[in-house]
Amino acid sequence: MERTTIDLWVGIFVALGVAALLGLAMKVGNLTTSSIGPTYTVTANFENIGGLKPRAPVKSAGVVIGRVGNIKFDPATFEAVVSLNVDKRYAFPKDTFANIYTAGLLGEQYIGLEAGGDEAMLKSGDKITQTQDAVVLEKMISQFLYNKASESKDDKPAAPAASTKATDDALGSNPLDEMTKDGSPKSVAP
Amino acid sequence: MIRSNLLVSLVRTLRNIGHHFSDRIWRLGAGARLFWLTLISSGESFRRFHLTIREVYFTGVLSLIIIIVSAFFVGMVLALQGYNTLQKYGSSEATGVLVALSLVRELGPVVTALLFAGRAGTAITAEIGLMKATEQLSAMEMMAVSPIARVIAPRFWAGVIAMPILAALFSMIGILGGYLVAVPLIGVDSGAFWSQMQANVDWHDDIVNGVIKSVVFGVACTMIALFEGYDAPPTAEGVSRATTRTVVTSSLVVLGLDFVLTSFMITL
Repeated sequence: MERTTIDLWVGIFVALGVAALLGLAMKVGNLTTSSIGPTYTVTANFENIGGLKPRAPVKSAGVVIGRVGNIKFDPATFEAVVSLNVDKRYAFPKDTFANIYTAGLLGEQYIGLEAGGDEAMLKSGDKITQTQDAVVLEKMISQFLYNKASESKDDKPAAPAASTKATDDALGSNPLDEMTKDGSPKSVAP
Repeated sequence: MIRSNLLVSLVRTLRNIGHHFSDRIWRLGAGARLFWLTLISSGESFRRFHLTIREVYFTGVLSLIIIIVSAFFVGMVLALQGYNTLQKYGSSEATGVLVALSLVRELGPVVTALLFAGRAGTAITAEIGLMKATEQLSAMEMMAVSPIARVIAPRFWAGVIAMPILAALFSMIGILGGYLVAVPLIGVDSGAFWSQMQANVDWHDDIVNGVIKSVVFGVACTMIALFEGYDAPPTAEGVSRATTRTVVTSSLVVLGLDFVLTSFMITL
């Protein structure tokens, strides 16, 4: 079969196309960076996952060690069941703590794992029992305003100190748990 | 008298509208039939692959210059505009993400298809229209050579092959253009530019979907160009009108299809 210059040009054209696609895959896309090896799956229950989405990263010490698999709603406990696909190379103790964090103020949400001290390690299918929900900014703000309002209501000299302490407590620990469990914030200082 | 005149003009208007409408439906059906005939007689264009390669040269290789130059400028403009807005929010490093996502998802496939319709689609329509006007297609039929297998199918497959390649090149060169403006010219950090891009552009959701879009646009643009040429009245005016219609119809179909495909791909 004779070769023509047209064949050469078409060959160059196709090679350029393949090179562009490879460039997109390697340099632009996450094909190389998201290569986590074989994974094992653990689940975690959250009362509120905020804006967490499937495929969101699972990080420990800031390093991506897995991805969120699927997110389901459990009608029995009214909780969100999140399955985490964690890289097989990384084993975590049974009492690992799972938090939902936000990257930056407005960034995407991800799950952070904090290792505990247990001797036994998590296996595929296990459940992480210690979790902390996503921080919902609106709830925090409304609680803060509620505290401020109750603070200005009573004029006792001791009150401001007490209520600031209560606010600090509420913000420092988990404000949502306290709010949701007894229905009202604990900050109304006597 | 006046009433009957009014009635006559009303009836004529109605008839014109109906004629126009039924003509469109007729052309849609004829186009679909040509598409089907092209598909079932494409065996020929693969057995004699040099015919297809020749058409890839004319539709793809010769479109390279316009694609590369416009991609370069589109990328540079995206980087300038994106940086201008993003730096107000203190996130000028996201310029790379903005350029890459808008090119890979939308502008790459769509602008390539629009340029392809203008550069290669018109050439296909004019060529086939003139072949028909000079009775070359009838001559082929007389020699028991199917013009659909010999002329239409190779051009169709050449368009379908060339479009994704051109779109991938468009995206890549656009990103390089954006890089040139953002990093050496404006001074965005080079590492942040690429790493933010890699963190936010997904292989399947963004790049593969862009390639799927460009394949669909390739089928649509090439088929419209082929049909307009094949259907053109065999006169100079007919061919010129068909060429115009190719550009108008291809552009509208590409933009409409883009919305439909995007709504399928973005799962809310």
